[in-house]
Amino acid sequence: MTKLTRQQLHDLYYYLRLNRRVDEQLVSLYRQGKVVGGVYSGLGQEAISVGSAYALEPQDFISPVIRNAGAMIIRGFRPRDLFLQYMGRRDGPTGGRDANTHFGDLARGVVAPISMLGETVSVAAGIALAAKIKKEKRVAVAYVGDGATSTGPFHEGMNLAAVQKLPLLIVGENNGWAYSTPVEKQMAVGSMAERAKAYGIRAVTVDGNDVLAVYQATRAATGRMRKGGGPEMVECLTMRMKGHAEHDDARYVPPKVFEKWRKRDPILLFEKYLAAKKLMTAQQKSAIEERIEREIREDVAFAEASPFPDGANARGGVYSKN
Amino acid sequence: MTYLDAIRQGIWEEMERDPSVFLLGEDIGAYGGAFKVTAGLLEKFGETRVIDTPISESAIVGAAVGAALAGLRPVAEMQFMDFIACGFDQIVNMAAKIHYRWGPAVPIVIRGPSGAGVHGGPFHSQSNEMWFVHTPGLKVVMPATAYDAKGLIKASIRDDNPVMFFEHKFLYRRIKEEVPEDDYIVPLGKAAVRREGLDIAVITYGAMVWTALEAAAELEKEGLSLEVVDLRTLLPYDEDAVLASVRKCSKVILLHEDTRTGGMAGELAALIAEEAFEDLDGPIVRVTAPDTPVPFSPPMEEYFLPNAQKVVLAARRLAAY
Ligand SMILES: Cc1ncc(C[n+]2csc(CCOP(=O)(O)OP(=O)(O)O)c2C)c(N)n1
Ligand SMILES: [Mg+2]
Repeated sequence: MTKLTRQQLHDLYYYLRLNRRVDEQLVSLYRQGKVVGGVYSGLGQEAISVGSAYALEPQDFISPVIRNAGAMIIRGFRPRDLFLQYMGRRDGPTGGRDANTHFGDLARGVVAPISMLGETVSVAAGIALAAKIKKEKRVAVAYVGDGATSTGPFHEGMNLAAVQKLPLLIVGENNGWAYSTPVEKQMAVGSMAERAKAYGIRAVTVDGNDVLAVYQATRAATGRMRKGGGPEMVECLTMRMKGHAEHDDARYVPPKVFEKWRKRDPILLFEKYLAAKKLMTAQQKSAIEERIEREIREDVAFAEASPFPDGANARGGVYSKN
Repeated sequence: MTYLDAIRQGIWEEMERDPSVFLLGEDIGAYGGAFKVTAGLLEKFGETRVIDTPISESAIVGAAVGAALAGLRPVAEMQFMDFIACGFDQIVNMAAKIHYRWGPAVPIVIRGPSGAGVHGGPFHSQSNEMWFVHTPGLKVVMPATAYDAKGLIKASIRDDNPVMFFEHKFLYRRIKEEVPEDDYIVPLGKAAVRREGLDIAVITYGAMVWTALEAAAELEKEGLSLEVVDLRTLLPYDEDAVLASVRKCSKVILLHEDTRTGGMAGELAALIAEEAFEDLDGPIVRVTAPDTPVPFSPPMEEYFLPNAQKVVLAARRLAAY
């Protein structure tokens, strides 16, 4: 167990709240008709992005998917990057070339996702392979949903990482659903962890709504990997608290399920923990809230002020110069 | 030196020159690859730089992309280019679009044997280069000579973009020529005129370069002079070289082993019609395989493939036009 300082706990709280606030803001922009396309929320899953990414080292790489805005922010992106991307604006990280969380930056150790699920697993494995070849103490983290674990590329990537003993951590987000498909229709085995174990990959299942559990499991796994241990999976049990995207009212999810998980909201749970252990004063909490509101305000203003890109920016940049 | 040895020498030299170059693929290590292109490389460079993978084309390409993002220059072998279909998504959706979307270079080479003529049947004979020519962000290379095989593989490894390197398996051991031992590259995107001529330009690439040369030698006896242009790179291709030969000869045959519809010839025909319409003295003629899978049995495969005789007949008709 890694002991976290008070400051670190406050950081975690800040990121959880910021992640949620970014999602709320995106929904608001969506309702105002300012978002181009859909909004994919990580509501209820923030502890996974935050707990895992916060446990990493600067040299590490992450390969996020659509609900991992929180992890991307921990790697140094800002809320404005998400607003700009979702609105297709010129000053966004891809300048309007791609949408939503589809952006990255090697300097921040973030690989941009593509839509095709599962493909990033072997790309992250390749980053881990490079670390092994270059003898660097770097781990690569690939985020995958329960649905993504049914793709061929997921299995190929897992198996390659296993036989090559690569420092690849799979953070599995088992939120019970893949679009409208429940996890029972996704896999006949009971969990994502079992899928990992079939490849000889060590896997643990943790409470994905407990940010400290996710943090500690990630820390433990990456610690072993830095000492030459092979790939691992941390499966995080959680619930997607909305439809697949804003357009989806999720009426296929029994209301009882939402009720049950609402009581287990990751921010609520962490607030209870902090209160019980007296780790955050009311003043500290409101300072964090004020900071977040200020940052969101500034970043929304910045993003809204950014123009759409010139149509002709579609051209160019297809090839790297050399 | 054979075409195959030339590829090996090119890879070898690049691995010696640049420690970030490494190989991955199926059976490429101790076995040296299904065609022995990588024979001896494991012994020379060791297991960390010559990596035998599971049978996972998607993971091979995906891992190559990841390693490239992390600063290495992977060269991935497809045991046969036909199997690339299993790694297609990683090439067209992952590798090809990374630079455009978010900036990083993706210096990977995906290489392997393609093409027919060895009775490989529908799954070991395809010319599937056009799957990738239609994907912006990739480069597509296909050498015809041993000299080019070495120079182009070296240029491909040094290129910062994903390069699809189509070797022609029929040429592997059939083409032998003097290849310089020293360090040289053949630049991507530049065609070569293999034979100067006056009457008809034959634009082609890969094994069909040799077919065109054979036809040209035969037609010379009849006083018909063919110019043979070897594209060498299909994406981006050398428009200037194509147009120059068309303007010079005023008649053109577009020749490839690939099937007809959606083949490279269609693209070239469009370019020529747009840019050199006034220079033409006859219809643009295509000589290609028919629109079928590559058949297995030798007489059927022979029927399927373009050959010198088919080019000769097409050239005679065009000359008379
Ligand atoms: C290969 C592939 N097929 C289909 C889709 C369309 N699609 C996008 S998200 C999604 C569900 C993903 O479920 P899961 O992996 O559990 O992630 P979650 O949305 O629950 O976070 C589907 C089917 C896709 N993106 N990629
Ligand atoms: Mg899911």
